[in-house]
Amino acid sequence: MSLEDAFADGPAFIPYLAAGDPGYESSLAYVEALERGGADIIELGLPFSEPVAEGPTIQNAVVRSLENGMTPPRFFEFVEDLDVSVPLVCMTYYNLIYRYGDDPGPRPFVEKAAAVGIEGFVVPDLPAEEADPLREACDEFGLDLVFIVAPTTRGERLDRIMEQVSGYVYVQARLGTTGAQTSVSDQTSSSLDRLGEYDVPKAVGFGISSGDHAERIVRSGADGIIVGSALVDIVATGYEHGDDAETVADRIETLARELDEGARAGASQRPPHPERT
Amino acid sequence: MSVDGTFGDYGGQYVPEALMPAIEELNDAYERYVLNNEGGFMDDFRERLRDFGGRPTPLQRAGRLSERYDCEVYLKREDLVHGGAHKLNNALGQVLLAKYMGKERIVAETGAGQHGTATAMACAHLDMPCEIYMGERDINRQRPNVFRMKLNGSEVNPVTVGRGTLKEAISETMRDWATNVEDTHYVIGSVVGPHPFPSMVRDFQSVISEEARTQVREQVGRLPDAVIACAGGGSNTMGAFAAFVPDDETRLYAVEAGGSTLEVDSEAGVAPNSASLTTGSEGILHGARTRLLQDDDGQIMESHSVSSGLDYAGVGPELAHLVDTGRATAVNVGDDEALTAFHRLSQLEGIIPALETAHAFGYLEQVAGPDATESADADLGELVVVNVSGRGDKDLESAIEETYERDIDIAPNMDEFTGGL
Repeated sequence: MSLEDAFADGPAFIPYLAAGDPGYESSLAYVEALERGGADIIELGLPFSEPVAEGPTIQNAVVRSLENGMTPPRFFEFVEDLDVSVPLVCMTYYNLIYRYGDDPGPRPFVEKAAAVGIEGFVVPDLPAEEADPLREACDEFGLDLVFIVAPTTRGERLDRIMEQVSGYVYVQARLGTTGAQTSVSDQTSSSLDRLGEYDVPKAVGFGISSGDHAERIVRSGADGIIVGSALVDIVATGYEHGDDAETVADRIETLARELDEGARAGASQRPPHPERT
Repeated sequence: MSVDGTFGDYGGQYVPEALMPAIEELNDAYERYVLNNEGGFMDDFRERLRDFGGRPTPLQRAGRLSERYDCEVYLKREDLVHGGAHKLNNALGQVLLAKYMGKERIVAETGAGQHGTATAMACAHLDMPCEIYMGERDINRQRPNVFRMKLNGSEVNPVTVGRGTLKEAISETMRDWATNVEDTHYVIGSVVGPHPFPSMVRDFQSVISEEARTQVREQVGRLPDAVIACAGGGSNTMGAFAAFVPDDETRLYAVEAGGSTLEVDSEAGVAPNSASLTTGSEGILHGARTRLLQDDDGQIMESHSVSSGLDYAGVGPELAHLVDTGRATAVNVGDDEALTAFHRLSQLEGIIPALETAHAFGYLEQVAGPDATESADADLGELVVVNVSGRGDKDLESAIEETYERDIDIAPNMDEFTGGL
């Protein structure tokens, strides 16, 4: 299934977890719980030592995963070991993509990602200006390249990004770094308005933490929701309390289901889209 | 020099999308105000550097060093800039630019605290609210600078992630900027980061070599055979080199922190040095493609140096390019040699240098001192300019402690100092 197809049947629920957080086996179980909870696409984080776009929750996940030995080669094994059928998107920073393999450049990483079944990438520190080499490699191996559109992105920048994007566009709900919030920001609706004319699914991320929250975001026009920190918080709490992996996986599945149902409820309350009846 | 933000394969703009509009706005302001002097910006800047900053700084002949090294050694006295280091040149330039751009808030990172104190001074001078991010470990190593920042009215935010040094402080400042990008300017402290920062910071720091080049011709009647500057991120290095880059006969030496050893523990992700030009490889960090200390997977390593100002896993892209193309030479000086040089300069010239600066003098000793080994690369010639990038007041506590632990031959009896601590 392609990334865009995942949006065909109602709003897409796109959860994020950092691969290998806190350990390899437990993380496999957590990611699989996301699918049981209704995930349509899963964003899997490959931890980088300098996650400049992440808030404290995901920074700490990165530290746990790295301390437990996560590396790019191990990440690809992880993807192969995962028993999920929904499309996977790799979210990582450009240096890891650039440095993989014998020669610097994104091609070896993309080739390997395609071989293990990854469908696309989100690279938070790679703006459209620097993305040509990765875009070419993605085209060569048939992968999607998802771009983030920020509340500050307007005009020509938006056009440039929308020319490069495929799969879906990641609408950053508010300024700042990743992290769970409780309110829907005005920035979200105005970003969705600006993107209205572009014919690519719009998934909103940054700060979504509850079913109610997901519902409101979808009601305001999002085609999908991306949720990271609220799920990573469950991993962190389980880790701190020494809870067994099965219990933590159940909690993840429960929140995932709440978010998925919230998104679906939001879609049902939405006035019919003029261009997509 | 390019204004498109690349230096050979290095440079670029690898930052989150949320920052790109601010970076485009900054680039526009850089071209208008800095490159084209719109609104008399550069005149305003130079006047403030003179009246507030104390420029020009002297180029001083160092008599006893000249004797020791059997060549003419001249010191570019950036330690005499207001605040005690070259850092004010850049901080004042950027805070003033932010003012011209209508920004209302300044954030900055600091390692040794020199950039933080310079930014805090510039912000007080120009009436801008300022928050400084500083690694917790550096806060402990550089307490006097923390006090100075606070006295100037800045907030100091400790960064506890990772090892709590410059690398983490930069990441955290980028996060603040990404959150408050619409009214905030990030005063980056070195020739690193996304374009236009490397070019812009170099331009603000170039006053060092512009003055030195004029002064050496006036005082000696010719250009130097060599210019030596320490290199962490590379702002004093690029400042000291920039005007000499077209002078092919002048050799340029960038002295990196060799730390305790150049060997790298890839397994532990630790480089016990900060020698990214000497031992690093190409990669992308904090907005630019440059040379980095990284492991085989591309994870950034924890660097080390006795001097926190050099303790960084990356280096400015333009400096990396100058080294790759052979225009500048990267060399390195270890912790012990730097500490020895700290004491030697204090004793021979009456100048207590910053530990960063001491690395440049450590190199002089390495290649021209009594125990120098023959080295093909190290032909300094007859006339050498060393950039005294900063004074050592901020380092007294750590220099005393480190000297005590290491037993540096030429140091005074450290019991007298540590007994009182």
